[in-house]
Amino acid sequence: MTSIETPLVRILEADGSFAPSAASEQYLPLIDALADSDLEQFHRDMVVIRAIDTQATNLQRQGQLALWPPSRGQEAAQVGSARAARTQDTLFPSYREHAVTRIRGVDPLDIIKVMRGTSHGGWDPTDPKNGNTRIYTLVLASQTLHAAGYAMGLAFDGKTGSGDVDRDEAVVVYYGDGASSQGDVHEAMVFAASYNAPVVFFLQNNHWAISVPVQTQSKVPLVGRGAGYGIPSVRVDGNDVLASYAVSRTLLDEARGGAGPRAIEAVTYRMGAHTTSDDPTKYRGSDEEQSWALRDPIARMEAFLRSRGASDAFFADVEAEAADAAEDLRARTVELTAPTRNLMFDHVYSEQHPLIDQQRAWLDDYEASFEGGAA
Amino acid sequence: MTLETMPLSKALNAGLRKAMQDDPRVLLMGEDIGQLGGVFRVTEGLQAEFGDKRVLDTPLAESGIVGTAIGLAMAGFRPVCEIQFDGFVFPAFDQITSQLAKMTNRHEGAVSMPIVIRIPYGGHIGAVEHHQESPEAYFAHTPGLRVVSPSTSNDAYWMIQEAIASNDPVIFLEPKSRYWPKGEVELEASAAPLHASRVVRRGTDVTLVGHGAMVTTLLQAAALAEAEGTSCEVVDVRSLSPVDYEPILDSVRSTGRMVYAQEAPGNTSVGGEIAATVMERAFYALEAPVLRVSGFDVPFPPAKLEGAYLPDADRILEAVDRSLAY
Repeated sequence: MTSIETPLVRILEADGSFAPSAASEQYLPLIDALADSDLEQFHRDMVVIRAIDTQATNLQRQGQLALWPPSRGQEAAQVGSARAARTQDTLFPSYREHAVTRIRGVDPLDIIKVMRGTSHGGWDPTDPKNGNTRIYTLVLASQTLHAAGYAMGLAFDGKTGSGDVDRDEAVVVYYGDGASSQGDVHEAMVFAASYNAPVVFFLQNNHWAISVPVQTQSKVPLVGRGAGYGIPSVRVDGNDVLASYAVSRTLLDEARGGAGPRAIEAVTYRMGAHTTSDDPTKYRGSDEEQSWALRDPIARMEAFLRSRGASDAFFADVEAEAADAAEDLRARTVELTAPTRNLMFDHVYSEQHPLIDQQRAWLDDYEASFEGGAA
Repeated sequence: MTLETMPLSKALNAGLRKAMQDDPRVLLMGEDIGQLGGVFRVTEGLQAEFGDKRVLDTPLAESGIVGTAIGLAMAGFRPVCEIQFDGFVFPAFDQITSQLAKMTNRHEGAVSMPIVIRIPYGGHIGAVEHHQESPEAYFAHTPGLRVVSPSTSNDAYWMIQEAIASNDPVIFLEPKSRYWPKGEVELEASAAPLHASRVVRRGTDVTLVGHGAMVTTLLQAAALAEAEGTSCEVVDVRSLSPVDYEPILDSVRSTGRMVYAQEAPGNTSVGGEIAATVMERAFYALEAPVLRVSGFDVPFPPAKLEGAYLPDADRILEAVDRSLAY
């Protein structure tokens, strides 16, 4: 089986024309139900996060960040799925889901904190303003098990399967084609299937795990993995925000309805480097990059919106918002300062711990000995 | 006092039952722990009593057990995971050390991880490879984890409840060779907090310190030493991380000598850390260097050789003699 023969849900062609693939027919009512303002919001989300992502990449180049993992090229997969999630849903990102986190309410500065070295987590997932968005996980695929376990808990607590889509909860977990080879993904799918957990496994196949191509992770389309666990799975054009939205909304609602786990392979492309420490020219050619540039998710949506009569004023407004967001991020990034040293001691345990207390006190005394000596 | 005599495994069973009765968010998960009651029967009868949503016969995958337990804790549960044997914990090592142990710190306190991981550990049972190991140093070395090991039925009953009540992850090491001997359990009140070490035999000449099944061996050595005119004090460490040093230091300050015994390989071990700390904090009280009696720095041998590998009373007494000879 080749990827060409695997059904693919695509609603917009690369040139922005509305040309639903055969596999997308069942999802079209969800697209029909979208208002113009929804479509414009999808576009706005993608443009703004690309500007933020570009700004963060530049900040790293200028020495303001230790690292940045660019999301460039993957905006449609992320925006579609994040806009498909309902308010009560919980999202477990990996570490490149800058669009997902922003849509759910996480301040991009909180991601900057992680990459600048002022925090390991960046934000509090239990704070309602963050929209049930868990923090980034840097070890590949570890979060797939956390998501499966969280979804098991929802099932045990009867928070799913009532038939009320505005109440029933579901979980989305993000991972990539490289992470798909990790054993934790396998175990997460086994556990999710065994306990009928309401979780959607959202795989962004961006074709490259740093320098190793997806063909090394799998000889067949990754969407085929789910069937082995009895998990219905759908392959979607990850550069088509409408396809990502419609499939994610459908599968999330199936999961929350009590049907059990679901999986999505969003076929997309990492247009930038793996991280700012990476050099893609060492392992892939410009021909490939050019071919994917022609499938840019933002250009596709812009062409679609223009074909529907969106005005220049709208696009100018989006560009202005994106520029403002990027500039705001820069201004706030350079003002981020190191946390106080007690941060490393204060939360190792939830409860009092004598060794930590002793070492915190020792460091205080040690530092004070210099401060006192200078006085 | 309400005293009941039961094997350590039954005391754990009773402690788990009590914890599940007291808090509906406590759930048990592990391989073969439901219908079978676990390979050591520690969870026997609990699935019948609490149902299969609170006692989960999980798929056979240790990383999956611990990783989903983390997600369940995020959803407000208090999971108690059983790892079937010591040597089977390593498939879960990444989830324990990189995720579970660091999760509260990563969240800057916004998220707690009230998870207990029960691991039957140690030798003396004549089993095949991977079934007799003592992996405590890996976990005691990992910031964010608490590590405890009960040596008596009473401690087993109370410490499992205290571990479940903790809002931090606890590695709960069960000395499997002690599962069957009976001991008295005081059902009304705990004798000691979870992280307290405790003097279990008074003596004046040498302090013997250890944890888990070795406490029994230390007591045997102390009885033999007494017959030869040497009075040994015995301290059960009970908590390997954090270690409650004061009772150990108090004892060493009175005897001036200390021997630590452990089944684990000695290189970079819990006993090594405790020995170093005692030398730092009670140096002037010492009449002799702190000595360690450990498993050898080899993989746990085939069962027919375990008698040569594991510290026994004679090897402990040999160390006592060396200490006294200083």
